[in-house]
Amino acid sequence: MGNRKYTAEALSPWMKGEAPDRDVVLSSRVRIARNLRHLPFPMMASAAQSVEAMERLLQVGESGRLSGLGEVSSVRLTELSELEKQVLVEKHLISPALANHAQHGALMLGPGEDISLMVNEEDHLRIQCLHAGFQLKETWDTASKIDDIFEEAVDYAFDEKHGFLTSCPTNVGTGIRASVMMHLPALVMTGQINRILSAVTQVGLAVRGVYGEGSEATGNLFQVSNQITLGQSESEIIDHLHAVARQIIEHEKAARARLMSDSRLKVEDRVKRSFGILSYAAMIDAKEASQRLSDLRLGVHLGLLPEVDEGMLNELLVSIQPGFLQQAYGEALDSDQRDMTRAQMISSRLATHA
Amino acid sequence: MLCQECGQRPATLHFTKYVNGEKTELHICEACAREKGELIPGSSSGFSIHNLLSGLMDFDPVGLSGAKAQAQTLRCEGCGMTYGQFSKLGRFGCARCYKQFAERLDPLLKRVHGNTVHVGKVPKRAGGLVRLRREIDGLKREMQSRIEGEDFESAADLRDRIRELEREVQNG
Repeated sequence: MGNRKYTAEALSPWMKGEAPDRDVVLSSRVRIARNLRHLPFPMMASAAQSVEAMERLLQVGESGRLSGLGEVSSVRLTELSELEKQVLVEKHLISPALANHAQHGALMLGPGEDISLMVNEEDHLRIQCLHAGFQLKETWDTASKIDDIFEEAVDYAFDEKHGFLTSCPTNVGTGIRASVMMHLPALVMTGQINRILSAVTQVGLAVRGVYGEGSEATGNLFQVSNQITLGQSESEIIDHLHAVARQIIEHEKAARARLMSDSRLKVEDRVKRSFGILSYAAMIDAKEASQRLSDLRLGVHLGLLPEVDEGMLNELLVSIQPGFLQQAYGEALDSDQRDMTRAQMISSRLATHA
Repeated sequence: MLCQECGQRPATLHFTKYVNGEKTELHICEACAREKGELIPGSSSGFSIHNLLSGLMDFDPVGLSGAKAQAQTLRCEGCGMTYGQFSKLGRFGCARCYKQFAERLDPLLKRVHGNTVHVGKVPKRAGGLVRLRREIDGLKREMQSRIEGEDFESAADLRDRIRELEREVQNG
């Protein structure tokens, strides 16, 4: 992984720049699960079989077939330190399962970090594509093209009735999990969020908090994804999620407009108090930091904080995570040191940009 | 006992990890556990999708309970996984498990997905005719929804495309 740029910078290149519906949707993601036909799935594979799966998949990456994606870097997980793995997890480039449990795991990363190919996670191959903003269809197109490239080179486990075979029965069929990461502060503030989220789960989609534990969302970030993978085509799955997410976006935008017309002063007070605390706090825990950064993000999109740059907020979202803080600090941190380093990181970023 | 990480709060979570026979112990407080997050298995979520699946699989239709004990020992010839293991782990061991456990699979898939048959993408090389038939089915569904939406012009285009593909299937 050459120059280590993948772990050095908090903000992935794909997150930069303009993107559709960026004020509500941070990112769109599609993940495809695939397995090789003649080898047991990673959980039941012997060490030799895991190595074989890894070599065969890495070979596809190194064969030049993926050259259309730019220069793809590949790395075996054993070459990475625990801290580097954690940082990659915090950037959503690899899953916690790959970082912590994989036997002979490997990773191929596209130069923009928008493409991440995980080897020997729960399935032999997990193709993950990320796009900024609300671009589900484009994200699916990219992922599907990569899937086609691999399919030309290796035999996938597929049967006519069940489709693409995966280790977990919840992924079988299309093997795709599409999701959008949404920032929904106005729906939370106006108390509409639970009603909306429970409606979402009734139409076959799942919602979870992004950095929070379990279903609790920190920083008002929610990930909405499809649950059904069998019996619907990929485009049906994508269209369905797209349509539901579009409605949530409109509800959030309406709630923001209402906040501005009915209680502008209160919202402005809240946003600016958070700006003050983040600018001057000497220590801050992850939960409070996420909540206050959410206030700032809302303030930016409501035009209340012209001095703050959205790109910096996206960067902070990742760089206040424990692994990144430790990397920035240079050594292992206890909890107080972490809260102190986090506060310093945020206040210095706000000072340079504001 | 105080938390190993912060040394201030009492340790309320205790982990013992065995890796290749080597034992490591960790005693930490909840705040630090949350900070460490996913690094500690089990600390983030006590209840995974796999627990839920095994719950679904234990739910047997009335009258099959006699067959259940027998099914537990059913073994996949591909990877050696038993049905008992599968229902406990909620995960298959290899592609052949799907065939070996086929009989008991549909009720589970029905509960999880509401469906039992794949209608999506088909691999080009392995697919062949299946791929064409799938494409035709997809176009037919699309045509139906265009008709319902009274978009007859584009429905007619789809009809022509369907005829073309059907000819291809007939010619092999």
